[in-house]
Amino acid sequence: MVTYDKLIFELSAPGRRAYSLPKPFVKGYAMTELPAALRRKTDLLLPEVSELDVTRHYSNISRKNFGIETGFYPLGSCTMKYNPKLGEEIAALPGFANIHPLQPAGSVQGALMVYDELQKLLAEISGLACFSLNPYAGAHGELVGLMIMKAYHERRGDWRRTKVIVPDSAHGTNPASATVAGMQAVEIRSNPDGRVDLAALKAALGDDIAGMMLTNPNTLGMFENDICEITRLVHEAGGLMYYDGANLNAILGKARPGDMGFDIIHINLHKTFATPHGGGGPGSGPVGVTRELCEFLPNPQVKASDGHYYVFESAEAIGRISAFYGNFRVWLKAYVYILSLGRENLKALGGLATLNANYVKESLKDDYELPIAGVCMHECVFDGLKDKSTGVRTLDVAKRLLDYGFHAPTIYFPLLFPQSIMIEPTETESKQTLDAFIATMIKIAREAAETPELVKTAPHTTPISRIDEVMAAKKMILSYKDYLEDRDKQGEN
Amino acid sequence: MFKYFPHTEADLEAMLAKVGVKTIDDLFKDVPKGVFFQRDFDVQASLSEVEIRAKLKELAAQNRQYTCFAGLGVYDHYEPSVISSLISRQEFLTAYTPYQPEVAQGTLQYIFEYQSLIQTLTGMDAANASMYDGATATAEACFMAEAITKRKKILVSGTLNPNTMAVVKTYLHFKGLELEMIPAVAGETSATALKHMLDASVAAVLIQKPNFFGIIEDCQKLGELAHESGALLIENADIATLAVLASPREDGADIAVGDCQSLGIPMAFGGPTLGYMATLKQHVRKLPGRICGMSRDANGKRAFVLTLQAREQHIRREKANSNICSNQSLMALYVTIYLSVMGEAGLKEANELSYQGAHYLKDRLEATGKFRLAYAKPFLKEFVMETLLPSELIQKALLDAGIFGAVPLAEYGEDYDNLVAFAVTEKRTKAEIDGLVATLEGLSW
Repeated sequence: MVTYDKLIFELSAPGRRAYSLPKPFVKGYAMTELPAALRRKTDLLLPEVSELDVTRHYSNISRKNFGIETGFYPLGSCTMKYNPKLGEEIAALPGFANIHPLQPAGSVQGALMVYDELQKLLAEISGLACFSLNPYAGAHGELVGLMIMKAYHERRGDWRRTKVIVPDSAHGTNPASATVAGMQAVEIRSNPDGRVDLAALKAALGDDIAGMMLTNPNTLGMFENDICEITRLVHEAGGLMYYDGANLNAILGKARPGDMGFDIIHINLHKTFATPHGGGGPGSGPVGVTRELCEFLPNPQVKASDGHYYVFESAEAIGRISAFYGNFRVWLKAYVYILSLGRENLKALGGLATLNANYVKESLKDDYELPIAGVCMHECVFDGLKDKSTGVRTLDVAKRLLDYGFHAPTIYFPLLFPQSIMIEPTETESKQTLDAFIATMIKIAREAAETPELVKTAPHTTPISRIDEVMAAKKMILSYKDYLEDRDKQGEN
Repeated sequence: MFKYFPHTEADLEAMLAKVGVKTIDDLFKDVPKGVFFQRDFDVQASLSEVEIRAKLKELAAQNRQYTCFAGLGVYDHYEPSVISSLISRQEFLTAYTPYQPEVAQGTLQYIFEYQSLIQTLTGMDAANASMYDGATATAEACFMAEAITKRKKILVSGTLNPNTMAVVKTYLHFKGLELEMIPAVAGETSATALKHMLDASVAAVLIQKPNFFGIIEDCQKLGELAHESGALLIENADIATLAVLASPREDGADIAVGDCQSLGIPMAFGGPTLGYMATLKQHVRKLPGRICGMSRDANGKRAFVLTLQAREQHIRREKANSNICSNQSLMALYVTIYLSVMGEAGLKEANELSYQGAHYLKDRLEATGKFRLAYAKPFLKEFVMETLLPSELIQKALLDAGIFGAVPLAEYGEDYDNLVAFAVTEKRTKAEIDGLVATLEGLSW
């Protein structure tokens, strides 16, 4: 098959169109009545194409993408599980798609009921008291959670607590969220097995500490076995505990953040609750808190009373952090997923995800460097190939996997190891799929020893080969206009 | 077993043996005893697809769908049928952020096209790959202005949408930036007041076009004032109107932001939509979020990749100017397909129809003698009427007639007591407009 390589702009022909609109129905009104100073003067660079042009173009470029239904997608820390079709069908129902967010509460009782029911389900599943579904994504949830933490201390008149402890293994969003919330991140080192170093934690604690952010299992896929001691120490020092829900999938049904002593949590619905990642969003990052902190949740809030649902703005809240109710059609899909799983399957989920990861870990540890022995949770981390003499790096292994029809795992994260490969298989993958992946990983290890160039120059079968990233950053061609200007410049030379 | 869990008994046995444990619970030995979750969740048992479909259809039926004459940030625009068909392709829908560009050229290319379309509509030099929504994008634009100017105060027009204002307030409060409101006079930002408020501490002036009342303000004048004192102009513009209204670039904006819901995205109770953000070349490195760039692969083929990542949180951590990680990628695809379908001609036609419908409705309402245009200023598809009719009476009459419109502004401020807002898009027919007028002209107080 010939590879399709056009931009939508390159299909354009003057006069073509793909839309149809009603005819004007009143005479005597025209935009030319608007003062000239308010009207646009400069040209537009928009395509003129037919409807078939549009559908064929986007169908063709979609074929250059790898999706979960294309094959195994073991991207660590991203929980790329199967995204059920039923959620898509429900979210498209006109009764959900065609409602305006400013409609009176009495006319959107179905949407508000889902809001209330889902926040209660998340509370039960996580062990917290109440939730807001308004945050748009995991990083947004972190920001909102830290705003709550800050507001809590300030309301008590404790203005000194502006520092947030973050382990050095944390996702980059953790320290960045602290900065955006107007706080300072204090990084503490991990101990040799990748967990929080209690001595370092104790040394960091003081009356300027607002709290601590922690992912559990942590970004190395290890459960923080000192978790009760950690939360006790932080609470004793007057701080709050924030749970980054990025890795909640591991422990679903086996342990709850609330029971571990966490006060504030965000959950990535696009990870644990199976809503599609959409090429990078929209996600959804509900924030849950303990009873004591419920008043701080952002506006608007939804409350139930006598089977009726109300929307209100609380003066106690941290304020508004989204235009309306967050990514409604995303959290609606998560609700459908939870109904679908029900009590029995929610209980089993984390165990199966964890078993899958351990199975992969045990099957690959002879060929790949396992830096931390022992049981892992829902993901396992290797530090590159065991045999370092071949010169084949983690990047090469990842690219070679693409040739074999697998998406690559997360690479070079966590930052604690120089050649990190982080594999998260999720519970929706079968033993057959895992076995095929394992066999391929072992085959690549052999290739690295026998034909290292083949691996170092991979991928060989994808729509494009390795990209010149330096050129992208240097030339900064960020739009079709930039591209045309660059092309003209080349032509002149 | 359950349909999303493929493990057979034989699989479980073989896998546990390989791992060297007897039961799955043995894998959770690191979980302290007191924390290990023993009981069942207080959640109902698994529902079948048939049951879920029935339950959710019933819930959907409890949401009333109206003929929509409401706007204020969310609009009932035309959604070309090709959008829902194309965005549901699993290659787009189920992929993650394009970390492996060799197998994500589909996502990267449409992001590049999206950035190109935002670039041309705003007239700015470069756009990022999208933000969560227009309100958060506006707040992040304020942070960006702080980073560029090293100044700490943002002057916000009183004609900014109150929900956007509320989000900006929250963000600025926590980040420790100062916010001052520029008073609105007769529905417009007061240039006189702005002149007095500007000084060397002001990082940016934030205005909206068309503003909260639907009025198309002369932003150029306000931008000149801002620039004179070394502040930036942040313009929050309804992207759907930019094919016909002066672009943020023409207005002299340094940062253009806004929501893209009006470009082919369903209202869906306000989400998901996406926020756009674009700026001048010299500020590109201060843009938050993902940016896609064009490059070449090893064989010289045109290719796309996420670029300028040294700006982002995963590299800069606590020094990053924003904590945003993902974008609203799939929503950017909605916008890209929508704009491909509409082109310049379609956008202009849709705006012309909205303009005609809105002005026809305004005239008809004034003819009833019960409504008066609150501010006699230029508008496009949205406007505010003043009336002595109680807003509850209006609202009830309209809802009973299957119409949602005349949104009362009273809840946004005591100055707005007798004001109600209308929006008319290209979807509204003459019969619908006449029906609305017929419902209201019979009301009395």
